[in-house]
Amino acid sequence: MSLLRSLERRLGAAFLVFLLLPSTAWALTVDQVRAMAAGESDSRAAAIAAAAASGDAAAPAFFQALLDGNVKVAGDKVFVVDGDKAKDAASGADTSLPEGAEDVVNSNRMRREIESAVAALRLLSPDPKQRALALKELKDQPDEGKLPLVEKAYQGETDPALKAQLGLLRAAILVSSSDKAKRLEAARLLSDSHEPTVKTLLLERLKPGVESDEEVRGQLQLALGKLESRLAWGERLGVVFTGVSLGSILLLVALGLAITYGLMGVINMAHGELMMIGAYATYVVQNLFRSWLPGAFDYYVLAAIPTSFLVAALVGAVLERSIIRWLYGRPLETLLATWGISLVLQQAVRSIFGAQNVPVENPRWLSGGVDVMSNLTLPFNRIAIVAFAAIVLAAVALLIARTRLGLFVRGVTQNRKMAACMGVNTARIDTYAFALGSGIAGLAGCALSQVGNVGPDLGQGYIVDSFMVVVLGGVGQLAGTVYAALGLGILNKLLEGWQGAVLAKIMVLVFIVVFIQKRPQGIFAMKGRSAEA
Amino acid sequence: MSAVVGGLSTGHPERSEGSRPGDAEILRFAQDDRRRGDGFLRRWTGVVIALAVVAVVVPVLNLVVPVDSALHLSDYAVQLVAKIMCYAIAALAMDLIWGYTGILSLGHGVFFALGGYAMGMYLMRQIGRDGNYQSDLPDFMVFLDWKTLPWHWSLSNSFAATLALVVLVPGLLAFVFGFFAFRSRIKGVYFSIITQAMTYATMLLFFRNETGFGGNNGFTDFKRILGTPIHTPSMRMTLFVLTGCVLIGFFLLARWLVGSKFGRVLQAIRDAESRVMFTGYDPLKYKLAIWVISAVMCGIAGALFVPQVGIINPGEMSPAASIEIAIWAAVGGRGTLIGPIVGAFFVNGAKSWFTQVFPEFWLYVLGAMFIAVTLFLPQGIVGLVRGPNGIVARLRGDARREEGGA
Repeated sequence: MSLLRSLERRLGAAFLVFLLLPSTAWALTVDQVRAMAAGESDSRAAAIAAAAASGDAAAPAFFQALLDGNVKVAGDKVFVVDGDKAKDAASGADTSLPEGAEDVVNSNRMRREIESAVAALRLLSPDPKQRALALKELKDQPDEGKLPLVEKAYQGETDPALKAQLGLLRAAILVSSSDKAKRLEAARLLSDSHEPTVKTLLLERLKPGVESDEEVRGQLQLALGKLESRLAWGERLGVVFTGVSLGSILLLVALGLAITYGLMGVINMAHGELMMIGAYATYVVQNLFRSWLPGAFDYYVLAAIPTSFLVAALVGAVLERSIIRWLYGRPLETLLATWGISLVLQQAVRSIFGAQNVPVENPRWLSGGVDVMSNLTLPFNRIAIVAFAAIVLAAVALLIARTRLGLFVRGVTQNRKMAACMGVNTARIDTYAFALGSGIAGLAGCALSQVGNVGPDLGQGYIVDSFMVVVLGGVGQLAGTVYAALGLGILNKLLEGWQGAVLAKIMVLVFIVVFIQKRPQGIFAMKGRSAEA
Repeated sequence: MSAVVGGLSTGHPERSEGSRPGDAEILRFAQDDRRRGDGFLRRWTGVVIALAVVAVVVPVLNLVVPVDSALHLSDYAVQLVAKIMCYAIAALAMDLIWGYTGILSLGHGVFFALGGYAMGMYLMRQIGRDGNYQSDLPDFMVFLDWKTLPWHWSLSNSFAATLALVVLVPGLLAFVFGFFAFRSRIKGVYFSIITQAMTYATMLLFFRNETGFGGNNGFTDFKRILGTPIHTPSMRMTLFVLTGCVLIGFFLLARWLVGSKFGRVLQAIRDAESRVMFTGYDPLKYKLAIWVISAVMCGIAGALFVPQVGIINPGEMSPAASIEIAIWAAVGGRGTLIGPIVGAFFVNGAKSWFTQVFPEFWLYVLGAMFIAVTLFLPQGIVGLVRGPNGIVARLRGDARREEGGA
């Protein structure tokens, strides 16, 4: 009862108590119900809007029944069906369904009308979460029919954040009111908005001939200016974030290459296919979790990460031992042989999993995103990849700089013969290093499976880009790889916003070719004699 | 010059380990016939036979011999061989730059496609008002609601201008690209990767409708060439003979180039570029020259390819298509002139057989070819036959031993 009392106080309208009674309280009139269920679309829409605006207690249940297709019409009478039972829609009394009752058919337009009416009614819900959700749905469609409801909700709203949003929605409706004072007030209010849709609305109102009053026009112009500068920040940050996100994907892809190519000098054209193997490993782990551990499905990614690393590393080790080992010192032949490997791996995946893309689902904690600004949502899966790339980078850097294996890898890279004289088993180090690079490719594939399609062609799309990263960053350097990956990612997205995706890609490639002219050794050239070798 | 080639041996700069062979050792056997001092007869018999086959035997077997005869050559076979001959020209071009100069290009598909597109533009204009929309503009432009021809189509109505474009466009692109790349001494794998980026970027560009080359679909549905219908047996045979003669012509050109002083310097660059520089040569000029020649050859191959196959689209510029040209040369035997031609026929013959009989296995076979050739057959099929341990050498050795025993 305390809930009801507080609401009563809040809403200041006694009949709203009535509204909050269980929805079985049928209070729609026979005429209203018939108008909503039968007749032309336009008149039905009007009736639905009117019912919603009245805030009728019985309306939500009836709308839901309409949406679920549980409403039937026979002559003048409208019935709500629930399994075998039927009720009279107006009185709510149990009756039997007459012969020849017809289903009410809802066009897509009707469904939209009903849904927005349901949302409008939810504005009055006692649950703030419900109200926030309803606002989110309604904010993009300010239309006059909802004004009474919005007004009512605005009066009663206690949550300050929600109240501000409701005020904006109200202003967006009022801006086309016939009363000049109201329009002026609305224009003033709208300058606090963050919504891209309000911008469209303002532009619409500012078109010649729409708003005739000079004072209101000036105010609208002002509001538009403020809104645009606010939105521009969101857009800029959005570009930077997608750039960083692409950059971190490139980084993951290029890190593996930085080891196999940068440190070992092996051109591995099958690198993309090792990524593909990592992505398919993720897919298999996902399916295993789905069939054997459905309860832990949300955590399959945690199992998929080591699996994809190990599978790709194993394939890499086998390739190194069987093929690449024999081609050291012949980079062009290595290139061709690894291209052959990539063809075989692709076709193998096609034979096993089919040529179609396979579905990899995000676990629940990776779907959705954080709303930073009204026009800037950062998806969790992208954020996770940025973090993941940072962790992998740190791990690789530590491995190379601090471990015994890393020491051997550096030693073999710098002077193979001398390392061998010191007792390093260079052949084994080659295998380990190649497996490590391949495993990181597998990790990249696992990460990619969370943001893109998983198919036999997955690796092809990234191979040119990732080689560009390595070439640009300079051989034998992890730092160069990082800068080049992030730089290329952001540059790509900036140009994309300006010139479209294809031209952006072409410009980036041209840029790299020109850059290589100036600095053939990449951003960070190896100094000393080893550079010319 | 032979002193430079023969006298100096290189350890591979990247990592020469023990007795692993570098390019120089692998290709040493494959020096040109001239140095072996074989006679005039041997140098020309093959060429004359090839010319006779192309210009007389095939036309007769296809056009004169009745269809039900066992000797009849089907239209399909003629078209397939014609297509492969175009590929063989591209492979020969690849061999000049890779096998003889040591520069692996992963972007030759671009030159091939550019030549093809130049010819395709002409063929599109030749359709005239016979297209689906009965407009003077090519169908795809009508579809895009364009009203006039874009500027880069202005020369496409003239056959002479088209022939010039077929040579100039790939040549110019190769010149500009090569000049900048070779000037800054981009070498080896770096160069290969940059050429791959070039072909990839161009492919993306040609995929766009706005570029004005028919986007995804490219050009197709050609009706006539030089005013005569393109789908008649006589036109098909004319193009076939023409392609064959061009192939033989380029083979002779390549043989002359490789045997000349110019060719010797190229091979010296392949074996030890810095030593060539120290001897006073400027490798830039030599590399740029052979790079442009090779690109132009590829462009001409593309121009011959399009009217016979009847379609050109950006797929020809995909990195995969370019890298396949390299494998034709490698399978046949790079550093020999007959090798790339043999390789183009072998690989593409296998491709057309496999894609008909076991389509799903073709990529396995192609991939295995890449691996097997690099691991076990660095000298290709020709090396298998003619190399130091090849069949011919073994047979001769056996014969000599028998003589000695007798």
